[in-house]
Amino acid sequence: MTKEDKNNTFDRRGDFPLIANSSIAYLDTAASSQKPSVVIDGMKRFYETSYANVHRGIYPLSERATSEFEAAREKVARFINATPQETVFTRSTTDSINMMARSIVATLSPGDEMLITEMEHHSNFVPWQQLARIHGLTLRIAKITPDDELDLDDLRSKLSSRTKVVAVTHVSNVLGTINPIYEIARMTHEHGAILLVDGAQAVGHLSVDVQALDADIYTFSGHKMYGPDGIGVLYAKRGLLERLEPSVWGGEMVSEVTVEKTTWNELPYKFEPGTPDITQAVGLGLAVDYITGLGIDRIRRHEQELLAYADQRLRELPGLHLLGPADVDKRASVLAFVVDGVHPHDLAQILGDSGVAVRAGNHCTGPLHCAKGLTASTRASIGVYTMRDDIDRLVDGVKRSMEMFR
Amino acid sequence: MILEPDPLQVGQLSDEQQMYKENILDHYKHPHNKRVVSDSTYVLAGRNPLCGDAITVYVTVRDGSIEDVAFEGAGCAISQASMSMLTDELKGKTLERLAAMGQDDIVTMLGIPIGPVRMKCAMLGLRTTQEAVAARRS
Repeated sequence: MTKEDKNNTFDRRGDFPLIANSSIAYLDTAASSQKPSVVIDGMKRFYETSYANVHRGIYPLSERATSEFEAAREKVARFINATPQETVFTRSTTDSINMMARSIVATLSPGDEMLITEMEHHSNFVPWQQLARIHGLTLRIAKITPDDELDLDDLRSKLSSRTKVVAVTHVSNVLGTINPIYEIARMTHEHGAILLVDGAQAVGHLSVDVQALDADIYTFSGHKMYGPDGIGVLYAKRGLLERLEPSVWGGEMVSEVTVEKTTWNELPYKFEPGTPDITQAVGLGLAVDYITGLGIDRIRRHEQELLAYADQRLRELPGLHLLGPADVDKRASVLAFVVDGVHPHDLAQILGDSGVAVRAGNHCTGPLHCAKGLTASTRASIGVYTMRDDIDRLVDGVKRSMEMFR
Repeated sequence: MILEPDPLQVGQLSDEQQMYKENILDHYKHPHNKRVVSDSTYVLAGRNPLCGDAITVYVTVRDGSIEDVAFEGAGCAISQASMSMLTDELKGKTLERLAAMGQDDIVTMLGIPIGPVRMKCAMLGLRTTQEAVAARRS
């Protein structure tokens, strides 16, 4: 395993079998991160030595599975400074947002307003848009500034006593913009509304403390933070989870079921219908261990160094236009750009053929691309295993495709 | 048969595939039959909203055979080159042959492996041409 050497180089490539065994420059962590051996091996070990359904069997194996599952929940809760009762396992960020959106909307009346932003991922856009349509609610959308930051004045002007929920991303998956969640929470709470935060692109890259942020709801996915796919997290303040009714129903979430009615299980189980993604939750706990072992501040420093380097090298290329705030410190881990005369799909393919993995398209942000007057862009994103060499290969590939299409 | 490259390794395209790639680029930069036809038998606009590829296809038919195919539009190299090649490929073919064409024909025509994501780009020209003819017939 690699360690920080004398030159203070942060090199974690050896922790990730796919990265260590391939010659590709993987710059698509924002879509999904690669997995370290500790997660892969730990999940295999759990399947081989501890697997059973949880919270059901009165036999030792099920009890062991349950305690490992609950230990994972405690790790995740501590990681974001929440309690285990407020930490619900879901399938993904999308699942967390949909569940909460339905539960919240069930408490609203026609004419009530919901406020989101132009930079939202479809997962934090479409649920609100569709629920507004179905329930006769009003959806308002805060704009971005010319420098690709959230326009807080516009957001403030769209808040009123009619606003019941504000849903905003912590870090934009295209612009990289880090939004001032605490400030948005203050504004939201002045109007008595609920703040939901999409943290999919923040957790694992930034230190996230849900209490310091004062978010009412904070959602994220395991697979973007070195954990397995198929597991997500829904954090919500205890009072809110107690007040809201679940919007997905099944076993395990219930306390008592009669023909006439059902009462709910205690928190967090009230929001976990059906058999949970047990092994994925264990894997997520291991991913949290991996991140805390490296130190989130050290990860942030490594990623910011690379982001600044990539930003500087890409800006040197004439005809390449970067999206996102000019100040690198206002961003995290992603670099999206367009190149004059080269379609993003062609660029991604040429890069792909030379072993550089980037994403091209609208990155599930149709409204944002529309606001920017674009149909698509190319995005490179950074993780703990990213090195300068990966950025150099990206820049070389972009140069080569510019020449090909000249 | 077109060999799929190993996704974990680099530089897997054969010389032959490299040659096809250059052919695609050539069609993209210098498209064949890229012109507006005012008196075509069939005309239809097609779009691939995800990548913003947009084309309009003009098909002229005489005695059940395709006499001319032309197009205009913009988009990525795969969508535009595929349509350009198709205008040559379809000339003289029957409408039945056009209707029977599918993904395999397009991949063979392009000569390089096309992944599932880019298949939509590659197929835009054929789909639009087929729909242009089918829409008018029904």
